[in-house]
Amino acid sequence: MVLEDAWGGLKLWRLWFTLGWSDILQRYRRSMLGPFWLTASMAVMVISLGLLYGQLLKVATSELIPFICVGLIIWGFISSILNEAGGVFVGNELFIKQIRLPYTVYVWRFVWSKTIIFAHNFIIYLAVLIYFRIWPGEILLLAIPGFIIIAVNGLLVSLYLGMISARFRDVPQIVASATQVVFFLTPVLWKPELLARHRYVADWNPFYQLIEIVRAPLLGHWPTLSNVAVSLAVTVLNLAIAAAFFPRFRARIAYWI
Amino acid sequence: MLVKSPAALTLNQVSVSFPIYHGASRSLKKSLMYRTSGGKIAQDASHRIVVDALHEVSISLVERDRLALVGANGAGKTTLLRVMAGVYEPTSGRVTINGRISSIFDIGVGIDPELNGYENIRLRGLLLQLSSAELEEKLQGIADFTELGDYLHMPVRTYSSGMMMRLTFAVSTCFVPEIVLMDEWILAADLHFMSKAQKRIEEFIQKSSIFVLATHNLDLLRQLCTKALWLHNGHARAFGPVDEVIDAYRREAQ
Repeated sequence: MVLEDAWGGLKLWRLWFTLGWSDILQRYRRSMLGPFWLTASMAVMVISLGLLYGQLLKVATSELIPFICVGLIIWGFISSILNEAGGVFVGNELFIKQIRLPYTVYVWRFVWSKTIIFAHNFIIYLAVLIYFRIWPGEILLLAIPGFIIIAVNGLLVSLYLGMISARFRDVPQIVASATQVVFFLTPVLWKPELLARHRYVADWNPFYQLIEIVRAPLLGHWPTLSNVAVSLAVTVLNLAIAAAFFPRFRARIAYWI
Repeated sequence: MLVKSPAALTLNQVSVSFPIYHGASRSLKKSLMYRTSGGKIAQDASHRIVVDALHEVSISLVERDRLALVGANGAGKTTLLRVMAGVYEPTSGRVTINGRISSIFDIGVGIDPELNGYENIRLRGLLLQLSSAELEEKLQGIADFTELGDYLHMPVRTYSSGMMMRLTFAVSTCFVPEIVLMDEWILAADLHFMSKAQKRIEEFIQKSSIFVLATHNLDLLRQLCTKALWLHNGHARAFGPVDEVIDAYRREAQ
């Protein structure tokens, strides 16, 4: 039943492709910039935080802005998944109670729509490359498998967070506050070198490692072995959690929402 | 050659019980406190009420069966339909389904107001899991049936409720699955469209292999169905030829 659900969800890719797109359109269709509103606000954030932190930390903006830009775009993807994963099933109540579809369809739809937003924000990165005349080289391509690893984690986490949140309605709030804390603890706005001998704060932070497997290649260097190893370990852990929850409670989702 | 096995829908001793969660049991914090404190704190978290919505219902439907579901409000008609549709997996018992199912409970589901008519038809096709070939083949037929013409290029949010009705109706009935489940009869709006819709829905049911309808309109049930199941508080009270069961149900109600 579980494999059927997972495979069935994948097979219905045309459905969640369409639904994911319409999620974006519905929010922005009648505005002039459309989904680029998100890009615009992200751009403003990148520039203002880049200038501010450049001053505060006494780092050249030409170095800090690309770093912050890439970090914020990736963090935006991760945090929007964490913050909204609670609604994956609850928000699809109408569908779930009417039509039998594999539950994974909703998870795909959700992560897909976040990926579309990520792609829009990616334009800021390109603009930063042009403005600062940086070219990371072919290593750039390594960001693609890195992003896939983050997205797979996104799918797994939203699957089990979606289920837990359907049963316990206070979970999304708990996750939202935790995400906020993680943001400040993770080197997104500041470089991990600043930690000096407290470097372990970053090294033990799985979010830092996950961000790094995409950020490093986008900034033109190789992710370290530990970046990759920890990211893969996190993926296995999330897979294990999802594998523990989904088969046991899948049939209960319709009753919970 | 592909041999299609005949459509069938079998429920074997199916029971469904709903946990009713109230405020506190919806809270992870309270549930954890309850467990870790051995029930001393936040006692109400454990007060989970379970409602037996269906109790050991067994029924077997085969090709050409037209089933009427009757019973008072809250008897379990909608729950039974949802079990048949595969939305609720039963707490105990088995459901065996052979054939493609279309559940017409709320025909407005999956209509995206920002998309135009054609896009919504395609979206609905995807929800019904039609292949692209099947969908393209039906697309023109659906568009013609709605008589909406150029309006189909406009976002659906600009439609009047009558126009919306035409669209959802046409889309819901465009493709005949083996098993059709219907909760309450769907009615169309204006007079001209009504007669057309009437004909279409009759054809639709005619073509399906198994049809299940739950409604309080007993005359309609007699007209459309051959068998009936009377549900009473989640129990199958009677099952048999439609006239017999409905007569018994009527007598009881009076």
